Amino acid sequence: FCILSYCTIFPYLVFQIITLSDLECDYINARSCCSKLNKWVVPEVIGHAVVTVLMLISLHWFIFLLNLPVATWNIYRYIMVPSGNMGVFDPTEIHNRGQLKSHMKEAMIKLGFHLLCFFMYLYSMILALIND
Amino acid sequence: MAQPAGPPAAYPGRSGAGQQPYSNGPVQNQLMHLSDGQGYSPLVPGSYSHQPPAKVPPHQAPGQYNYSGSQNVSQLNNYQGPGQTLNRPPVAPFSPAPVQQAGPVPQGLLPASHNSAAVSSAGSFPPGASPPVLSHWQCSPAPASQPAGSQTSPLAHATGTGSAQPPSALAGNTNPPGSYQYAASPGGPPLQNSYMKPGSAPPPVAQPLTPLHPPARPPLGPPPVGGPPLIRPSTLIAGPPNTQSLLNSAVNREGDATSAASDGSVVQNSYDAIEGGGLTATSHHSPAPPNLKMNRNVGYAYPTLPPGYQNTSPPGAPGMQASALQYPDGSKHFHQPALGTNHLTASMGGLSLQQEGLRPVNLLQERNILPTTVLKAPVPNLHEDIQKLNCNPELFRCTLTNIPQTQALLNKAKLPLGLLLHPFKDLSQLPVVTSSTIVRCRSCRTYINPFVSFLDQRRWKCNLCYRVNDVPEEFMYNPVTRVYGEPHKRPEVQNATIEFMAPSEYMLRPPQPPVYLFVFDVSHNAIETGYLNTVCQTLLDNLDLLPGNTRTKIGFITFDSTIHFYSLQEGLSQPQMLIVSDIEDVFIPMPENLLVNLNENKELIQDLLRTLPQMFTKSLETQSALGPALQAAFKLMSPTGGRISVFQTQLPSVGMGALKSREEPNQRATAKDIHLTPSTDFYKKLALDCSGQQVAVDLFLLSGQYSDLASLGCISRYSAGSVYYYQSYHHKHNPVQVEKLQKELKRYLTRKIGFEAVMRIRCTKGLSIHTFHGNFFVRSTDLLSLPNVNPDAGYAVQMSVEESLTDMQVVSFQSALLYTSSKGERRIRVHTMCLPVVTTLSDVYLGADVQAITGLLANMAVDRSVSATLSDARDALVNAVIDSLSAYRSSVLSIQQPGLMAPYSLRLFPLYVLALLKQKAFQTGTNARLDERIFTMCQVKNQPLVYLMLMTHPSLYRVDNLTDEGALNINDRTIPQPPILQLSVEKLSRDGAYLMDAGSVMFLWIGKNCGQTFISQVLGVPNYGSIPQNMTHLPELETAESIRTIAFISWLREQRPFFPILYIIKDDSPLKSSFLQNMIEDRTESALSYYEFLLHIQQQVNK
Repeated sequence: FCILSYCTIFPYLVFQIITLSDLECDYINARSCCSKLNKWVVPEVIGHAVVTVLMLISLHWFIFLLNLPVATWNIYRYIMVPSGNMGVFDPTEIHNRGQLKSHMKEAMIKLGFHLLCFFMYLYSMILALIND
Repeated sequence: MAQPAGPPAAYPGRSGAGQQPYSNGPVQNQLMHLSDGQGYSPLVPGSYSHQPPAKVPPHQAPGQYNYSGSQNVSQLNNYQGPGQTLNRPPVAPFSPAPVQQAGPVPQGLLPASHNSAAVSSAGSFPPGASPPVLSHWQCSPAPASQPAGSQTSPLAHATGTGSAQPPSALAGNTNPPGSYQYAASPGGPPLQNSYMKPGSAPPPVAQPLTPLHPPARPPLGPPPVGGPPLIRPSTLIAGPPNTQSLLNSAVNREGDATSAASDGSVVQNSYDAIEGGGLTATSHHSPAPPNLKMNRNVGYAYPTLPPGYQNTSPPGAPGMQASALQYPDGSKHFHQPALGTNHLTASMGGLSLQQEGLRPVNLLQERNILPTTVLKAPVPNLHEDIQKLNCNPELFRCTLTNIPQTQALLNKAKLPLGLLLHPFKDLSQLPVVTSSTIVRCRSCRTYINPFVSFLDQRRWKCNLCYRVNDVPEEFMYNPVTRVYGEPHKRPEVQNATIEFMAPSEYMLRPPQPPVYLFVFDVSHNAIETGYLNTVCQTLLDNLDLLPGNTRTKIGFITFDSTIHFYSLQEGLSQPQMLIVSDIEDVFIPMPENLLVNLNENKELIQDLLRTLPQMFTKSLETQSALGPALQAAFKLMSPTGGRISVFQTQLPSVGMGALKSREEPNQRATAKDIHLTPSTDFYKKLALDCSGQQVAVDLFLLSGQYSDLASLGCISRYSAGSVYYYQSYHHKHNPVQVEKLQKELKRYLTRKIGFEAVMRIRCTKGLSIHTFHGNFFVRSTDLLSLPNVNPDAGYAVQMSVEESLTDMQVVSFQSALLYTSSKGERRIRVHTMCLPVVTTLSDVYLGADVQAITGLLANMAVDRSVSATLSDARDALVNAVIDSLSAYRSSVLSIQQPGLMAPYSLRLFPLYVLALLKQKAFQTGTNARLDERIFTMCQVKNQPLVYLMLMTHPSLYRVDNLTDEGALNINDRTIPQPPILQLSVEKLSRDGAYLMDAGSVMFLWIGKNCGQTFISQVLGVPNYGSIPQNMTHLPELETAESIRTIAFISWLREQRPFFPILYIIKDDSPLKSSFLQNMIEDRTESALSYYEFLLHIQQQVNK
């Protein structure tokens, strides 16, 4: 089941990176970019939280601990959005103070992290299948 | 090299009666005489004069209209001391216009004012020189263009005209025509000798040298002195062309020598200062010699242009004119524009600036650092010819006029790098070009500008991305001079500020008509304030003055807890009101006739405006449905775009966008937990929708209680509107606010407006913009979307150096504003600014523009207080001072001295930052209301720098002894110019009267023992005791004092787009505390005095 949920988070991140780089290259307008991205912030947070909790339930301590900081960061970021802003990605601010770059960097790091996790899950799944 | 302070008219009036078209198509020659009297000739404040008709004839000579040259006439006459023109009577007969006199004059004069070597050589020069020159003029086919050349650079004559060479033949020179060592070849023995000597014995040398600098310092000063003498003597000796190399080397030596010498003079200068300025011995030392040297070398080495260059580029822009002389026979030699020479030069002006600028100031000991006149923007250290073409600092200003080469250097300097723009400012003279092709760089889309370089006739190199582009066929023809093959003389290449008429490629849809929609709050509270009367009356009065044409449309919506639309259908006897009470899901009751053509339905509209104030007098509805009303307005406007003006008097309470009061009066004093952020994203979203449909929303908030401007302001902020705030507006209780609203509304209604605009700011490759400040929506990395643009809005951007700017001598910035005018034309206004790049920290400090830095810091501080807290922002401001001064101390000052040393350019920095800390937006521990604070923050973001500085650091004048001495004369009015005083109570004397001009408000403080004459002659009351408590007007009396005072105050008022109320206060007035609050240098209950602040900084810096 880990794999399954990963199948959803993965494309999202790729999508996020593509959209951000689109914006950087001026292909799309900040407004539409942000609304596209904001739509997926909540599913990502929930998806990741669920995976983390499942890890806890299935007593995969190591993977749980690995996921915990990232999940916490996601939730924190979601909660800390100022009241006047339109979600995590705010079209009026995304071009200011290098926000675009930091979003991009964040997405890249997450992508790396999830890639790592993906192979780990794959490995443990195969291991589990063999053991069966 | 310093051209004789060339034609200062960087933007000369190219208007004037009978002027010829200079565009290919229909000619657009806009003269915009708007409120701004200063016009466009920055160097001569207030003295621009329209072309007197007498000077017109030369223009009309076929093919002779000289684009910028001939206009200089009037200007020139202004500067030139009357005495100067004496020299050249013989010229007059030959000259088509009086200008020409000016030309030769400097030749005669200059040398005389210089070192004796020069005198002797030059003394013999004029007599010999002039006749040939003149004779040449006679035969030149383009006499009209000569005046310019001649007056700007005596060199140019000589260089330009083969026949002008003979003068130098005086000295036994036989130059074949076409070789121009005359201008370029340096180091005639007499002069050189004198330079060499200095090298060995600096102090004495400094003397002969120094006279060279001052002339260039005031850009207009008795102009010609700086450059020519240096060069002319040399020309006398200059041998045949092939001696060039020798001479070059001579020059190099000369350069070295002079640099040493001028170092000497630096020292001397500061000694002078010591004697005069009461400095201690600590403050004289000349920092950073190495770099100085370099610059100087460059400066003096100017004549060592490679010979090839000399042919094509006699120095700079005057040179351009010269080139007209150069090829009178129609040969199309190519002329390299000013930029070429710039690479090798640093102007004399720069040199003198450096001397002054490098003197560190001990802030703790020098008390009187505030200049008594309005502080001018520093002049970039560029070659004068380029500087002359550079953009007016009022329009385009950079915090660092010397751009650091690398980001590391910028970080080291601890100063923010950014631009402050006022792109749509009303200009009195603006060249407008109509052409079917607008020449732009093919890769970066930069508009062609004065700072590009022409490689040859058919190619130009972009100054932003360095791509080489072709010059289109059409561009080869110069409509101004009607000469083919002079692309470098087209208006586009002669003006840093220019407007293009855009062809249809620049339109996404046909230009929209001007559409104005007014949205009025008519709830009980609103009726109570009585604003509707004032607004409707003002609107009625100005209905004909609304910018627009026959297509102008107008509409009205009012709202309380429901929304009322007004059908103004033709044929109706009176306007028909339609009420929509479903505020959850707003719809437009009828598709047409809500926005109607202004001209066709004028009577009905006037009728509505007359009846509107009476319609709701009985209203008891207290709710306000602003959100739904805005949604309705947006729906109504979205097909066309346009401007929505919203008048709101209370917190919106029902429907979408309802807000709750968040202000807690008890907590005002604490800097923490105040609500600067919007509480909902409704207004922001709506603003973005508006922005997408080219609708701008302007908000007029007339409210007594808290109305959450932080949330409401978003609607204007992101739709490029403006916010007006009238605190406690009431037609009876607060009559001064009524007058303020009237005046400001009039300005608002009648000012120029641009629709569906976008602005792009481009900069040279290597620099990048990372943050924008102002009211707009950033649509993509460098594109600002401005549904409306108005002349009173300023913008700021922060920049960083992405790649190091090695190999670049200059960088350029270009802002292009594409808009639809109220007449339905699509236009592009382009401003270009060029700045030098430097490699050392001391140069970075040298070019710091303290006002611009303060302005940018204020913008950054607003962002910081919104995203973090107010106290964070305050700390950041203080740290900005501490960091920059300690960086200066540790990296630039070679000798550590006690005291608080600041570079001369930043001497006012701590004062301005202290002023910011005491400004309403950032102050703590006061009774400032939250809305007021947020309004001030909005202003910081949206005001152009000039007004922002006034609001931050008011000007204080003593007005009880105004005299006509040094007064300005504008339109037969004499406006006295009293000196600006420091903002400290110690400057006030009990027997004076003082005017404090704080931008949006003015205070006239009357001292207790103020002279009886002032009280009776100006205030019109018998004695001090009988001055009324709440006096806000000066009576117009027939006395000289009264006329002077009123002239002065109204002059101050006319300079700005808003209307400052004048409060006349006495010692016991309730407003005295606001007056004292503005005394920046004094201690207040919660803030440090200037001296304490300096001590605090010193402590931190020395840590």
